[in-house]
Amino acid sequence: MLFFSFFKTLVDQELKNDVKITGTLRSIDQYLNIKLDNVQTDVAKYPHFVAVRSVFIRGSTIRYIHLNPNSVDTNLLQDASRREAMASSGDKIVGR
Amino acid sequence: MVDEKSVSASEPLDLIRLCLDEQIFVKLRGNREMTGKLHAYDSHCNIVLGDATETIYYLESGSEDVKSRKEKSELVFVRGDSVMSIADASNIGKTNA
Repeated sequence: MLFFSFFKTLVDQELKNDVKITGTLRSIDQYLNIKLDNVQTDVAKYPHFVAVRSVFIRGSTIRYIHLNPNSVDTNLLQDASRREAMASSGDKIVGR
Repeated sequence: MVDEKSVSASEPLDLIRLCLDEQIFVKLRGNREMTGKLHAYDSHCNIVLGDATETIYYLESGSEDVKSRKEKSELVFVRGDSVMSIADASNIGKTNA
């Protein structure tokens, strides 16, 4: 759930995936499926994208998402990772 | 008890937790590698790397030599399904001797 909540905080974000699509992050779900607005692609490389303004991308097809470092607090992100690691190892001990 | 839990590595993902805020080396699917500072991870091995350098290895047609090109990114999320292994980059290239 960490990355779900993380991306939920990142509205207005430039993104790229394998076919390098850049756009503004409009919405995200638990599978990290994403919806982008203001879509821009390399027209020379992918002419079939030229008319696309808004797109849904299945999470499983994403390799990378490049983020704007100015809109991310990396310390908060590290703390959240530690907290989630603690929580999940705690679950296992309780479940034993 | 709490201290022991935060320092020791009892399960595989704990090794990744100990790499938080450190330079790591990630082997990826598709003949790719990436180094960068680990900012976040989860149980799917989704990760966020800062100041990352990606190296992509490829063959050019008619040539036997493996070539590589590098791409840099200030902050990148890598989806866990392309991650093959994660290592502490400070240990790369060092021998135990």
